[in-house]
Amino acid sequence: MSLIRITEVRKRFGDNEVLKGITLDVEPGEVVAIIGKSGSGKSTLLRCINGLEAIDEGSIMVAGAQLLPGEAALKALRLKIGMIFQAFNLFPHLTAGRNVMLAQMVVKKTPEPEAEAMARRMLDRVGLAHKFDAHPDELSGGQQQRVAIARALAMEPMGLLCDEITSALDPELVNEVLAVVRELAADGMTLMMVTHEMRFARDVCSRVVFMHEGRVHEIGLPDMVFAKPSTPELKQFLGML
Amino acid sequence: MGYRLDFGWIPQYWPVLVSGIGVTIYLIAAGAAAGCLLGMVCAWTRALGPAWARPVVVAYVEMIRNTPFMVQLFFIFFGLPSLGLQMTELQAATLAMIVNLGAYSCEIIRAGIEATPRGQFEAGASLAMSRFQTFRYVVLVPALQRIWPALSSQIVIVMLGSAVVSQIAAEDLSYAANFIQSRNFRAFETYIVSTLIYLLLAILLRQVLAWVGRALFPKRRSAR
Amino acid sequence: MIEFTFWDILRNLLLAARWTVLLSLVSFAGGGIVGLIVMFMRISPNKAVAIIAKGYIELFQGTPLLMQLFLAFFGIALLGFTVPAWLAAGLALILWTAAFLAEIWRGCVEAIAKGQWEASASLGMGRLQQMRYVILPQAMRIAVPPTVGFSVQVVKGTALTSIIGFVELTKAGTAVTNATFQPFLVYGLVALIYFALCWPLSKSSQILERKLNVAHKNH
Repeated sequence: MSLIRITEVRKRFGDNEVLKGITLDVEPGEVVAIIGKSGSGKSTLLRCINGLEAIDEGSIMVAGAQLLPGEAALKALRLKIGMIFQAFNLFPHLTAGRNVMLAQMVVKKTPEPEAEAMARRMLDRVGLAHKFDAHPDELSGGQQQRVAIARALAMEPMGLLCDEITSALDPELVNEVLAVVRELAADGMTLMMVTHEMRFARDVCSRVVFMHEGRVHEIGLPDMVFAKPSTPELKQFLGML
Repeated sequence: MGYRLDFGWIPQYWPVLVSGIGVTIYLIAAGAAAGCLLGMVCAWTRALGPAWARPVVVAYVEMIRNTPFMVQLFFIFFGLPSLGLQMTELQAATLAMIVNLGAYSCEIIRAGIEATPRGQFEAGASLAMSRFQTFRYVVLVPALQRIWPALSSQIVIVMLGSAVVSQIAAEDLSYAANFIQSRNFRAFETYIVSTLIYLLLAILLRQVLAWVGRALFPKRRSAR
Repeated sequence: MIEFTFWDILRNLLLAARWTVLLSLVSFAGGGIVGLIVMFMRISPNKAVAIIAKGYIELFQGTPLLMQLFLAFFGIALLGFTVPAWLAAGLALILWTAAFLAEIWRGCVEAIAKGQWEASASLGMGRLQQMRYVILPQAMRIAVPPTVGFSVQVVKGTALTSIIGFVELTKAGTAVTNATFQPFLVYGLVALIYFALCWPLSKSSQILERKLNVAHKNH
């Protein structure tokens, strides 16, 4: 069974149709890269899957449950699928550890000691066990993004949506974040990531989706998509024209 | 000039002043605590609450911010009893302080909430927190930190405005001054002394609020 | 006892509201002039002058307007003549308004980028010329919304002058209440009249500020 099943999804902002009928299935354990120009709708697609944007038509199923509006349904969805943002969005008033503990405690009602133990494990997993008591403004961008990953992982989601998670980082900090993602992929985590890191997409992902003007323009194995693009749009995007 | 200032009356009336100072401090303490709480609830309603409740909050805030505190005080103390709501002078004064500061702090706190980066709401949502949980645990503290200086100034302004509660015979510092000058016939000196005490209270209150701010928000951190 | 109809009450209050408006205008205009002087003193390169202005502002912002009214009332009396309420009221409100406007305007002048001072200095302008041709024209634009906003505080501030016996809207409200024993209605109407005076000012201040923000973003 697909973990994420997207069927004929359409999304409009006013007169501007951003998603023009997207259909896509993601199997458990898959790592799907979504590439494309800015404005092609790739970020909007991820945001729809997490319920941050409401879709106008079509359906999104996550682990067999339909995504419906309403706080209870959204909560159920978001417990299954976590999200990492371009701007990290750490909570500035909380330490790294508290950032990771907060949702466990208020959403899952995990007792504090267990939440803390989980937070320490997850921070350790992203290589930041020693930064448990640091505030976000004491961390580099790469470290902040790794805390954000730990924060999402602590909710034990079945999959993660990564929205350009290295785009806001200085070049020398990109790799430490990608290394964490690479390990997650190796551990079998389902990932959907919008990314500009073509090399990473090619090395790590099981499938690549090229979006163009609100549609899935090409989809396939990384080797196919990168080596033998079949449309002129993808060729142009990859700089092959 | 033939007039000589005389402050010889101070020791005799010192207890009256002290009791007035006590009431003024009580008024601002109660007004600030309950008023800010009310303001927080209203700000949440206005920014994130149910749609039907928002116009109610807007009407309340606009009504209070566009009428004099003294008229609000008179309305509460003289007007509400005709609805069967009897209050002592001090209760009416306290209520007026709370209602007044509630409206101002609502506007200030709302500005703090609206300055919250959208990503903070989205991060909360993506972690499956409810709207209220996101507000309570993610948005509120940085928002309060952002507007603490503005809120502090407003609390000082309301403290100074509290002087008019003497007009309904609530026995605050200005009441004490009125009382003393009616006995010692040294109105100018009496008001100089009470004015200086108010100035001192304002400086002190600013210090206390700065200290509270440092205690509540240990380090200055701005949401990015 | 004379019977008061609703219209009698309203008419009495509205007539008294004229004095509220007049006192507000006088206080605002006078406060503006004094405030301008205090503001220039406050930003003066002469330390002593700046400190005097700062002390003035702190004093008037740090003490209750009510006390200032009493001090004006009884202070002028010390000079040996009986004080009409309007004089003490006008004087105190002007001085109080001046302190707040001076501080608001100082903020606006200081919000002008340092580069503007440097650029105009590099063109050989003197301090007055810099002020006159470069700084003030820019500062005045951003000063309009908070200045209009503060006018609301002036209108509300005039209510306190009823305490020293100036007959304006609030004082009339008290008088009419004493005659009609209808405090709920009368003070409700008083509040509504104040609202009618203040709300347009508050609203236009907000709108002006929003326009200014938009204009700034487009720069």
